[in-house]
Amino acid sequence: MLRLKPFKYLRPSTVEEAASLAAELNGEAMMVAGGTDLVPKLKRRQMEPSALIGIGHLEELKSVDHLSDGGVSIGAAVTLSKVVGDGELLQRYPGYVRAASLVSSPPLRNLGTIGGNLLVDTRCNYYDMTYEWRQAVGFCLKKDGDICRVAPSSPRCWAVSSSDTAPVAIALDASVVLVGPEGRREVPVSSLYQDDGIRYTTKQPDEVVAFLHFPPKDGWRSSYVKLRRRGSIDFPIGGAAAALRLQDGLVTEARIVLSGVASHPVIAEEAASCLIGRHLDDDAITEASEKAAKPAKPLDNTDLAYTWRKRMVKHLVSQAITEAAAPGR
Amino acid sequence: MRVVGKPLPKVDVRAKVTGSTLYADDLVLPDMLFCKLLRSPHPYARIKRVDVRGALEVEGVVAAITGDDLPIKYGILPVTQDEHALENEKVRYVGDPVAAVAAYDEETAALACERIVVEYEVLHPVTSIEEALSEPVDEPIHDYGGPANIHKMAALAFGDLESGFAQADHIREDVFFYEGNTHLPMEEHSAIASYVDGKLTLWSSTQTPHYVHRAVSKVMGLPMSAVRIVATPHGGGFGGKTDPFSHEMVVCKLAMVTGKPVKCTLTREEVFYAHRGRHPVLMWVRTGVKRDGKITAMHFKTALDGGAYGSYGVATTFYTGALQTATYDIPAYRFEGARVFTNKAPCGPKRGHGTPQPRFALELHLDKIAEDLGLDPVEVRRRNYVKPNTTTVNWLRITSCGLEEITNRVIQASGYHRRRRVEGHGMGFAVASYLSGAGLPIYWNKLPHSECQLKLDRGGVTAYCGATDIGQGSDTVIATVVAEELGLWPSDIRLVTGDTGLAPVDLGSYSSRVTFMAGNAALDAARKLRDLLVEVAAESMGCSPGEVEVGDGKIGALSFEETAQLAQERYGAISTAGSYRPPDLAGPYKGSGVGPSPAYSYSAAVVDLDADSKTGIVQVNKVWLAHDIGRSINPISVRGQVEGGVYMGLGEALMEEQAYRKALHKQPSMLDYKSLTFVDMPEVETILVETNDPEGPYGAKEVGQGPLLPVVPAVASAIHDALGVWVDQVPITPDKVLKALDAKVKGEAPRFGPKSFPDIPYPQCIKVDPPHVATQAV
Repeated sequence: MLRLKPFKYLRPSTVEEAASLAAELNGEAMMVAGGTDLVPKLKRRQMEPSALIGIGHLEELKSVDHLSDGGVSIGAAVTLSKVVGDGELLQRYPGYVRAASLVSSPPLRNLGTIGGNLLVDTRCNYYDMTYEWRQAVGFCLKKDGDICRVAPSSPRCWAVSSSDTAPVAIALDASVVLVGPEGRREVPVSSLYQDDGIRYTTKQPDEVVAFLHFPPKDGWRSSYVKLRRRGSIDFPIGGAAAALRLQDGLVTEARIVLSGVASHPVIAEEAASCLIGRHLDDDAITEASEKAAKPAKPLDNTDLAYTWRKRMVKHLVSQAITEAAAPGR
Repeated sequence: MRVVGKPLPKVDVRAKVTGSTLYADDLVLPDMLFCKLLRSPHPYARIKRVDVRGALEVEGVVAAITGDDLPIKYGILPVTQDEHALENEKVRYVGDPVAAVAAYDEETAALACERIVVEYEVLHPVTSIEEALSEPVDEPIHDYGGPANIHKMAALAFGDLESGFAQADHIREDVFFYEGNTHLPMEEHSAIASYVDGKLTLWSSTQTPHYVHRAVSKVMGLPMSAVRIVATPHGGGFGGKTDPFSHEMVVCKLAMVTGKPVKCTLTREEVFYAHRGRHPVLMWVRTGVKRDGKITAMHFKTALDGGAYGSYGVATTFYTGALQTATYDIPAYRFEGARVFTNKAPCGPKRGHGTPQPRFALELHLDKIAEDLGLDPVEVRRRNYVKPNTTTVNWLRITSCGLEEITNRVIQASGYHRRRRVEGHGMGFAVASYLSGAGLPIYWNKLPHSECQLKLDRGGVTAYCGATDIGQGSDTVIATVVAEELGLWPSDIRLVTGDTGLAPVDLGSYSSRVTFMAGNAALDAARKLRDLLVEVAAESMGCSPGEVEVGDGKIGALSFEETAQLAQERYGAISTAGSYRPPDLAGPYKGSGVGPSPAYSYSAAVVDLDADSKTGIVQVNKVWLAHDIGRSINPISVRGQVEGGVYMGLGEALMEEQAYRKALHKQPSMLDYKSLTFVDMPEVETILVETNDPEGPYGAKEVGQGPLLPVVPAVASAIHDALGVWVDQVPITPDKVLKALDAKVKGEAPRFGPKSFPDIPYPQCIKVDPPHVATQAV
């Protein structure tokens, strides 16, 4: 079997200690909770940290807390399964719970955490392979090489944002609490990401994503639709999150966010704003879906034909809007 | 019958489900070394130099070997001995092994492989059938075959084609493509060798210990008597473990060099490179029919992408043309096939071996003919079905044949003719046939194909048989047959199987032969032992043997143990032996060795699905599969095989593909190579039809491979039923469905698939008189 390279495993007793350890190790260490994304990548030598800092055991990161303002704070080490089984969360943020339920497979959701899914590494089928395979095809920008294999003339990496939960968290205007050696800061999930396949997060290497913080429901309905080849296991090869507020059948506020179509979750602002003040009839949904699909530019680096994936975006958005408007969302 | 036909648990089920079964990789011998193979990163290159000195300097490394240490070539077929365990001259695909290291642990062996220096001179790779047919940029991949990179060609003509086509009211031509795919066994290949006192033992997850025995003996230069191959319990084979493999040879050699046991377990990625999976096949078919759909003549052409080595490829090539006639009465039939070498992982036999591809083409082609004629596709098939106890135009002897009944049963159960006719919903129907074991062995000999010995000792029975249980349940079949004859339970029988050192020969678990052949051998041996026991009991009871009943652990009035003791008292050590060799079935022509079988199974499928015209996404709702099993030795095992075949067929129809990008395997991982998950698997309704084959043990025929075959075309047919478009190429991914719909919208032919078939320099057809003409001539 593929073997792990030796590494040091550190087990801090607080989040702050985890951050200071990371700072001490000066970018040589990586955080690990469930390990479902990280460990296979370590085996394939996609990442070669000298140390792993475990945070999955930290009790402070393992609870779902209902806040006095009506919001909810979820610890980063809460498993995806726990979120999926939380009836209260389902009622408030059905799109988020739906997204969590669609991540990978039941055994991996039992291990994988909500923090891990927000930070899941960007994916590319020139990159998510063993060292020997990448050596045969030629290494790429993201690891060991100096060109992008999917777009060789491009100076940047086009690995694809593959988080199911990030788009819904953005659509619901959630934020994350980052704990660093200098203290805590809270940033909107939307600013946690940037358009670069390699440096896809704005989090500093010595910061720990500690909590995901949802604002009160406040009439926000939400949904998430995922595109993948099979009914389980697969990463998204397209996805749409929709969050809406309705009054008397008219849309008062809307957010639409796409996954799996770029190196970061794509906020489809124009599409969302075209819904404001309108009934969600076929015309409105079609217009928004087409607007949302326009900026999506999938490349030939994930599953299935990229031309087909491009064509699917509007259907995903249309379904997401329809589902968000349905009763009980 | 007391145990035959009863849904009893498999004899090895408890260990399997509790995790105590020892697979090859679970075996640990004292002082064992771990082996890693260094593989080529180039699809095609000449090897200039291999230097293992760097590896030998790594602490913990015991030995490092190269192709120079293993110079003798091997291969599964006598005509294609074209593989080196480690290549020393050329590498022919990414993953071709060039060197190997044995070390005290796997990490060290892997690290040492990185220290081996290999100098390559990169050659221009050949990546497609089209490229392989044209003059190579560099030298041909192999020094045999040709022209260009053609490996093997076959051309056969049976009956009067010209008059057949002349009599037709309608002639149709179609082109199809079936993409390659792989077996995807849960268990990666693993082998462990030890060399003690001049005797070599290899434990390996192989389906064919007998053929590995021959190959290891040849490559190691040891007599067969000094080599023992033990086939370990399997976590799936499906044809992927039927060749002798590099890692098997390498651990044998390293065990001999180091004097220590050596183990090699492939990684998942290496399993994709070992491959020997489904050949990609491009097909062209032209058929003449009367107005009522009756076939008058058929011309079938195939082109197989064989990958880098011969493997079973010669047989595969013939199989793409052999079984069309096993379901349909084709009065005049011409087949031309060609297999080419490309710089990709070698293709070989996968469940259905060379027949799912032409079956896909043939069934869809008949659907299209039915559409042309305005006839019901089921009726068109019925009008052409072969009849029991006939001989086909290409000399296949058909005995029991349940085509009519499986068709009726599956059509009735599925409500095919009453189906909901709305856009987006469809049903498809197809039939197929498969061998109950190849009529001929892989190398020419007249020995039995299977032998079984029974030992009666201290009241217990042990069955020794070379048959290899790869999860299909062959141990259970042998135990059931012996138990039936001796009045015992299958769980009473001790089994020694899949071991060339302890058990007599069986050719292996391939070509769906084991129940039929090992079952018959076991039956032969068990009846001899039964006769012996009955005689002893009759004497003791003072009656005639005909009056002695056997059953419930008793032989007449005596218990089995008492009878056994009496028998031992009278005869001393007791053993009986049985064997099976199929009758000589090959027709009077060169190439007739592929296709004949002592019996053919038949399968019919109906697939019900929804297909979305906006997205092209297909959702299979249910599959009905009726199978002519002859007789079920164990109906639970039979159903398991049917469901497994349906599962694999759906995977091939919808998503599985051994895809390459610039001669590099695109997705050698279980995440990226897509096969159905639990949630993608629809309900399967299995209908077993028993035709009681005259030659099968208790009338049994095969089930391991046949049920896969009709599923693939039935899916494509159902998609056509749902959306009015043909996807003439598998896997039928949603983008292909949308492209076919796009073509329809544009007013083009409503299909997606290959447009043409290349010119192939097939040799002159061997003209063969069909049996009825040949008989008249005599």
